[in-house]
Amino acid sequence: MDFKKILTPILSIVAFLALWEFIVWVNGWPNYVMASPSDLPAAYIRYWHLFLIDSWQTLWRTVAGLAIAIVFGTFLGMVMGFSKTARDALYPLLVGFNAVPKATVVPVLALLFIGAHDFNTVLMAFMISFFPIAVSVGIGLSTLEPEYRDILGALGASKFTIFRKIALPKTLPEFFGALKVSVTLAFIGTNLVEIISPHGKGLGALFLSGQTNGDYPLMFAVLIALAFLGILLYYAVVALEKIFAGWAERQPG
Amino acid sequence: MENLIDIRGVTHAYKTKHGPLPVLDNLDIQVPQGEFCAVVGPSGCGKSTLTRLVAGLMKPDQGEVWLHGEKVTSPRKTVGMAFQNPVMLEWRSIIDNVILPLEIVAPSMSKAEKYARAEHLLEMVGLKGFETKRPSELSGGMRQRASLCRAIVHKPDVLIMDEPFGALDNFTREDLWQTMRDLRAAEPFTAVLITHDLRESVFLGDQVIVLSGRPANTQYVLDVDLPADRTIDILYEPKAVDMLHVLRDQIRIAQGRDGEAH
Repeated sequence: MDFKKILTPILSIVAFLALWEFIVWVNGWPNYVMASPSDLPAAYIRYWHLFLIDSWQTLWRTVAGLAIAIVFGTFLGMVMGFSKTARDALYPLLVGFNAVPKATVVPVLALLFIGAHDFNTVLMAFMISFFPIAVSVGIGLSTLEPEYRDILGALGASKFTIFRKIALPKTLPEFFGALKVSVTLAFIGTNLVEIISPHGKGLGALFLSGQTNGDYPLMFAVLIALAFLGILLYYAVVALEKIFAGWAERQPG
Repeated sequence: MENLIDIRGVTHAYKTKHGPLPVLDNLDIQVPQGEFCAVVGPSGCGKSTLTRLVAGLMKPDQGEVWLHGEKVTSPRKTVGMAFQNPVMLEWRSIIDNVILPLEIVAPSMSKAEKYARAEHLLEMVGLKGFETKRPSELSGGMRQRASLCRAIVHKPDVLIMDEPFGALDNFTREDLWQTMRDLRAAEPFTAVLITHDLRESVFLGDQVIVLSGRPANTQYVLDVDLPADRTIDILYEPKAVDMLHVLRDQIRIAQGRDGEAH
């Protein structure tokens, strides 16, 4: 059973790579039009130390941004979940903020915090990823059925106790759902800054150098490395979800 | 006898877009210590408002609610509540659901003592062996049994129930009436039961209060003069049947359909 659970996604990835290789081969594309999977190992071998260093750069800044997004998003969600006034006041602001294309913010940040590349990258990863968390926590709290509040409220429990013992755990499944979206968004934020801002670091900068040098296999190798990191972080969230909100998963049948 | 629950001249209205909506009008209810008071009335007559007032979760516009000789102004630790929705916390096992009030009311109590109390109650309602199950693994009736255990685990002096058996099928409901009767014999609480089931009110109640249509006041009080160790069969005996007829007529009046019924 567990064997099958691991084998299925691996087989699907292999099938995807085979299809990719096949399409490139059938069309007879040279690798400066479209690299094929068989071009990639050479790129990884040649630049392995860069991949290691830059992957780490990308990963830690994404995780840092995400961590701030979790703290801030949860806090914002709490405020919006408990107060209708806060909800009315904050929603238009948040939606507007979220609608602004983040690529346009990169130069603004670069000017505001000149040279603070790590800071800017973490900030962008945070800015792009907190919105789903805030919304889901807010909705989870504001839709809490009154009886759930009353079972402890009738005993004189404080608002904080009701939040800690009931509202927070009850919102966890929605929270993790949002976190899965935020993980991928945070990667986009990190890479945006890495690619757009001058003298960037991380996989985004490696991608840019591949572009500058016309090294197409390197560019595709970076994309695959990014996808790999995304999958890695996603499953880290899934593992956390299993630990903290595993109760929400119903047994099939 | 001392009235443990004393509702004096309570009037309450909700604010709506179309102006105030009066739900309770100069309501008086007295429940002596240890008695079981069933409240029936047409739907939407303010029965649930009544539970929130007694629990101290709301304040009435006028009038007073007294519990145990003290005026209710805020929630008290000596109240237990059960609702139509069993409100089980899915992330806790059944026994951890039951001990929840103790975590608020008796934080100094040891975990072992909490579990012992909960196990005792779960056994009384026939849930022995289900302590570590998740709520989703239990049937609706079993969840409601666990919910009743949670409502009385901290030995409240008042148990407030808002149609706790309303969502159950008839046979399960009758089973739970008998469970309620047994709990009452074992635990010394005074109870208010909101229901729209007249048979339930007669089977469980020491008195049945019929509320008028909205805004509700006390339209009729029936003393249920039946022995404490009732069985379901008693509902088919003439004395109980007569009571049910009286209540049925009162509900008809409360609904304002006195004329059309005849």
